[in-house]
Amino acid sequence: MAEPQSKPDPDPEPKTEATVTGQDLFGYVGIESVLDQMKRKAVKTGFEFNIMVVGQSGLGKSTLVNTLFKSKVSRKSCNPSFEEGISKTVNLQSISHVIEEKGVKMKLTVIDTPGFGDQINNLNCWEPIMKYINEQYEKYLKEEININRKRKIPDTRVHCCVYFVPPTGHCLRPLDLEFMKRLGKVVSVVPVIAKSDTLTLDERQRFKERIRQDLWTNGIKVYPQKEYDEDAEDRILNDKIREKIPFAVVGTDKEHQVNGKNVLGRKTNWGVIEVENVAHCEFANLRDLLIRSHLQDLKDVTHNIHYETYRVRRLNESNLNGIGLSASPLASMNGTAVRKESESNL
Amino acid sequence: MASTDVTRQLDTNVRPLSMSGHVGFDSLPDQLVSRSTGQGFCFNILCIGETGIGKSTLMDTLFNTNFENSESTHFEPKVKLRAQTYQLQESNVQLKLTVVNTVGFGDQMNKEDSYQHVVNYIDAQFESYLQEELKIKRSLHNYHDTRIHACLYFIAPTGHSLKSLDLVTMKKLDSKVNIIPVIAKADTISKSELHKFKIKIMSELVSNGVQIYQFPIDDENVAKINTTMNSHLPFAVVGSTEEVKIGNKMVKARQYPWGVVQVENESHCDFVKLREMLICVNMEDLREQTHTRHYELYRRCKLEEMGFTDTDAENKPVSLQETYETKRQEFLFELQKREEEMRQMFVQRVKEKETELKDAERELQGKFEHLKRLHQEERMKLDEKKTMLEDEISGFSKRKIAAELLQAQAFTGSMNIKKDKDRKNSGFM
Repeated sequence: MAEPQSKPDPDPEPKTEATVTGQDLFGYVGIESVLDQMKRKAVKTGFEFNIMVVGQSGLGKSTLVNTLFKSKVSRKSCNPSFEEGISKTVNLQSISHVIEEKGVKMKLTVIDTPGFGDQINNLNCWEPIMKYINEQYEKYLKEEININRKRKIPDTRVHCCVYFVPPTGHCLRPLDLEFMKRLGKVVSVVPVIAKSDTLTLDERQRFKERIRQDLWTNGIKVYPQKEYDEDAEDRILNDKIREKIPFAVVGTDKEHQVNGKNVLGRKTNWGVIEVENVAHCEFANLRDLLIRSHLQDLKDVTHNIHYETYRVRRLNESNLNGIGLSASPLASMNGTAVRKESESNL
Repeated sequence: MASTDVTRQLDTNVRPLSMSGHVGFDSLPDQLVSRSTGQGFCFNILCIGETGIGKSTLMDTLFNTNFENSESTHFEPKVKLRAQTYQLQESNVQLKLTVVNTVGFGDQMNKEDSYQHVVNYIDAQFESYLQEELKIKRSLHNYHDTRIHACLYFIAPTGHSLKSLDLVTMKKLDSKVNIIPVIAKADTISKSELHKFKIKIMSELVSNGVQIYQFPIDDENVAKINTTMNSHLPFAVVGSTEEVKIGNKMVKARQYPWGVVQVENESHCDFVKLREMLICVNMEDLREQTHTRHYELYRRCKLEEMGFTDTDAENKPVSLQETYETKRQEFLFELQKREEEMRQMFVQRVKEKETELKDAERELQGKFEHLKRLHQEERMKLDEKKTMLEDEISGFSKRKIAAELLQAQAFTGSMNIKKDKDRKNSGFM
């Protein structure tokens, strides 16, 4: 393991960089404690997570979010009487809560989209949503470009967008395809089949296959995207998930007695649908994906890929126009630096 | 900054919520850590100290490996910095360690510039990170961070006080990097002297306003140990890579005729404390301080230097775009001005040349006329003389004609007389 490879670096101050693969350490150094240090720091600063739920009204979005986080996150389900009529346009409501579990604090923001897909003419109903998402990126970008910037930039970017597909059993509708196509480019989209207790297992399987087929033919990339798998381990894990997408979920916040235990479920005349039972629905898979295993990954993908794409686009276009954020320091720093040099040479 | 960081960022409409069951996001820190483990960590240490004070040996001892550093000469004309990067691995943690050594520090006769090279190096690392951050297409999460996270300043064990070079260097570096002063070759000082030396050093640092790195005491888990350690600064260390058999173990130590100095024995030197503090407890904090404090300060100064501000004269927030616009206008304006100036200069030069040429022309013209006049005068004179001569000639020829005529008359007169005589003569006959 000891192969010294030296790369001499031609510099005015001769500084040689030799990359030496470390030999086995002769004894205890303590490097691995840096993991604990990181954990401690992360727990101290807390986490932020912003999730957006999109779908037609009545598909159970708010209920699902409540089930996911086991609390009354969404105010809608607090009002038993749904007196709000269908709104004329898509408006976005974002509600934030702080939840804590075993010392880990998380600021959870749920962005609801009432009115999506509810009108007769649904052309461009995704625009308010796209606008909102881009606004969050813009806010973050402005803060990042500031000279005096905050220690921790408040992160309101949408990390995950859960799209509810109505359980028709046939295939994706044009609205679904359009929406996912557009949004898949700016945010991580996780499609789910809502109210899936209306489908039998066979129907569910066929529906899923058709959805996957539709997604593939239309070139729609949903989370987890194949291109962002970093190594073989990730790929295996993510492939397993990709086989199951979209998850067929059922949401509820009521508990019933089954076999003597209290479980979350929906009681019907023909039985109780247990939400957390993998044989009944795939809610547990969704929860594991979103919260237990891939939450940090969702945030990373948003930050490293979607946000960077937005930033590149924004800075390039403001460069062309000469207005806007303009890579001010960025390209112009390189630009003015070059120009200043050529000036002095004049 | 206790565990209210999250609550501090909340606005008024955020309320805490209690959950009725186990959701599972307590695995978040693990998720975060496993991602970072995959990528590996970066840690960069800068060692400043005179040649031969034991920097390389201490690094070897600290990281329990042999970094293959050769001894450097004492005859360097100026201070150079040598950076070497190593990939270390312990259990499943990968660490990319960069050790930067100063070569020739304190060896010159004139040490005024010594600190400048170090400052330049540190700034260069900040600069390259800033450039990467400001690029349009950037890859920050893959970027090999070369900013210096910790600076170990090696103090010579004189037992008296800090040297002026030390003070000056530390003062220049304290706002750019986390300084941890260590007393090198501590086995040359006795315990009592060491104690006095430490107090002297700390008081000198305080009185000169040097801000060395204080181990953070805001996290309850490590507050206690950090406070104790803070009182032991600067650490008196001994480095050794040789092993000596003590009892039935091999320990790192230095063997003298009068005894053995054990490196990892806390009553002999503070090496274990240094390792604890530097690696086991505060490595992450050092990295965070470098990024949030020192780098931000550098960035702010650099951007302000280039003229970008957040607020203008009336303290209204100025967005970068406005600043950029104004700067751009200024710049274009300046370019135009320059162009004008050059054009004017050019025009002026042309005018000057023209006048010069005109003058020359006039001069030549004058000369020409003068010559012409002379010539004419000469000619006139000649003409005069010619006419005079002609007059004379004509006068002369007139007289000549007159004289001839007269002569001819006289002749014919005499001829007539003769003819008369002849006739007369002949008539008689």
